[in-house]
Amino acid sequence: MNDEYLSRGYLTVEELRKLTPMPSEERLKKKPVAVPECPQEIPCTPCAEICPVNAISMPTPNDRPMVDYDKCIGCSLCVQICPGLAFFMIHYRGEVARITLPHELLPVPKRGDEVILLNRKGENVGTGKVVLVIPREKSVGDTPVVTVEVPVELAWEVRAIRVKEAGE
Amino acid sequence: MRIEEHPVIDFTRRRGKKVTIYFEGKPIEAYEGEPIAEALHAAGIRVMNYAPKTGRARGLFCAIGKCSSCLMKVNGIPNVRTCITLVEDGMKVERQRGLEPLPRDYRPPKWKEAKRVEADIIIIGGGPAGLMAGAKAAEHGAKVALMDENPILGGQLVKQTHKFFGKREQFAGVRGIKIAEILEKDAREKGVDIYLETSAIGIFQDGDRKLVAAVRKNKELIEFVGKAVIVATGAMEKMIPFENNDLPGVYGAGAIQTLMNTYGIKPGKRVLIVGAGNVGVILAYQLIQAGVDVIAVVEAMPKVGAYFVHAAKIRRLGVPIYTRHTILRAEGKEKVERAVIAEIDDRWQPIPGTEKTYDVDIIALAVGLRPSIELLHQAGAQIVYVRELSGYVVRHDDRLETTVRGIFVAGDSSGIEEATTAMLEGKLAGLAAALFVGAADLRAIDEMKKVRQDIEEFRSGPFGERIRIGEEKVMIR
Repeated sequence: MNDEYLSRGYLTVEELRKLTPMPSEERLKKKPVAVPECPQEIPCTPCAEICPVNAISMPTPNDRPMVDYDKCIGCSLCVQICPGLAFFMIHYRGEVARITLPHELLPVPKRGDEVILLNRKGENVGTGKVVLVIPREKSVGDTPVVTVEVPVELAWEVRAIRVKEAGE
Repeated sequence: MRIEEHPVIDFTRRRGKKVTIYFEGKPIEAYEGEPIAEALHAAGIRVMNYAPKTGRARGLFCAIGKCSSCLMKVNGIPNVRTCITLVEDGMKVERQRGLEPLPRDYRPPKWKEAKRVEADIIIIGGGPAGLMAGAKAAEHGAKVALMDENPILGGQLVKQTHKFFGKREQFAGVRGIKIAEILEKDAREKGVDIYLETSAIGIFQDGDRKLVAAVRKNKELIEFVGKAVIVATGAMEKMIPFENNDLPGVYGAGAIQTLMNTYGIKPGKRVLIVGAGNVGVILAYQLIQAGVDVIAVVEAMPKVGAYFVHAAKIRRLGVPIYTRHTILRAEGKEKVERAVIAEIDDRWQPIPGTEKTYDVDIIALAVGLRPSIELLHQAGAQIVYVRELSGYVVRHDDRLETTVRGIFVAGDSSGIEEATTAMLEGKLAGLAAALFVGAADLRAIDEMKKVRQDIEEFRSGPFGERIRIGEEKVMIR
């Protein structure tokens, strides 16, 4: 694929779609599903090694991860372990979507907090509510994982959060 | 400025007892276990000395004892590498002005007084390659002595807060700082005899054995004698030319990592990073984790050289990456106050009118590393320049033995690559050296085969191509 994303440092949604097959609308509604944003052939295998249902295929360590979305049970272990912080989970729930993402910054938000939503280039695209936090000590990959509820139209935009500062 | 809260590292637990050192007569609070230059930086002191000819102010650059940019007078003794010399209560530290003589009454140690350490294998360097080599060789029955000039083991792993790639059996998904702990524990448990704050200064032939001369804590001579030597001295940071690139505050990326991730000291308030390879973008992410503002990353190439996923981590936190840009100059009086960047054309020339000025107090150079081969060169190993391995490197065979019989090489000192391959090379050199000294049996040969396969597999992708080409150029068949 065209590697223009390397001049910018982020993927567009269109590039992502070309890169990896997307889960169906139906699958996205059923339960959380893991989607990698890992466009290069790099020597890295923890996601495929940790997946409890062998949903991630990677014939050699330098191959890109490909997720079998029907096998994926939405457990988030790949989000927790991925050294590149490149795995996310998405779950459509009517008007909202739940995005599960790694968050290695302080402060770690709490369940119920309203946080600022950031897209792949760090732009503020709105606010969302934290619905689940897996703290570092419970994460298999030593990385806290946060699930945030966002408007469904932002499901393919939001890839990071920022905890509001006092008075913000 | 010290870091009190960090998402990955607990510094309050790491810091030693409070001590007082005196900088030009003024008391400075420091913690036991931290080097002088780092303690001074925490107190806001960045100028370490004035250059001999120009009188220009100089500060830290590498922070791992390799560049001599931080030389100061300590208790009257000049030329002390303050970045790796630990503070002691009551220590007197002064800025060095040019070349300064030793005090008249100072008596340097005499060669005949040297302590002698005997082992089968002497390892120089306690980073991922050296530690792994030591543990492997000891596991196969060799008596191993290892020295490192830094006060802590682990090499550059000790400042890597990110998780490593590779396979899980090679520590993928584990943070560098954790890997350093695991390797150190393993080496110590297997009985590797470890000497810290000990700098190797030469490798000599001593009958049918090798003698490594070393200096511990700047004053004690030690002779390490063994049948084989493994050189795992790592790398040092490259510098690029631009106006005022010697201003205190123009730091190597690794120095900034040492300050903030090893010693919990904020390097500054606002940082511009030069270079969007893995080191540059990982540094940007680590700075954000330490609560420091990263203004931008500039990169002369049209594309990000880092693994994309590392770049994506900083982009989604709002750090811009300007490809086809370069730094024109640093500005400020005896410290960095501003950085000026510009876009460059196809001939790498700055495009007039594209200059931008940023108020920053740190300019981080992440413009590549070069192998530290000085000791191998001195020992007489054959050296070749290999662009793909980032500089001058030694020729070696598939057991990592150099052209000097009994001297092996592993890790970045054999060519710039990754910590994962440094560990694998360390294993290979440790096994090969254990066989060479007659300690290991044939099982080591089978293990070497497996390690070679792992190395080959790791390098088999597009990111390994450069290394594969480089290896072809140094390999003795």
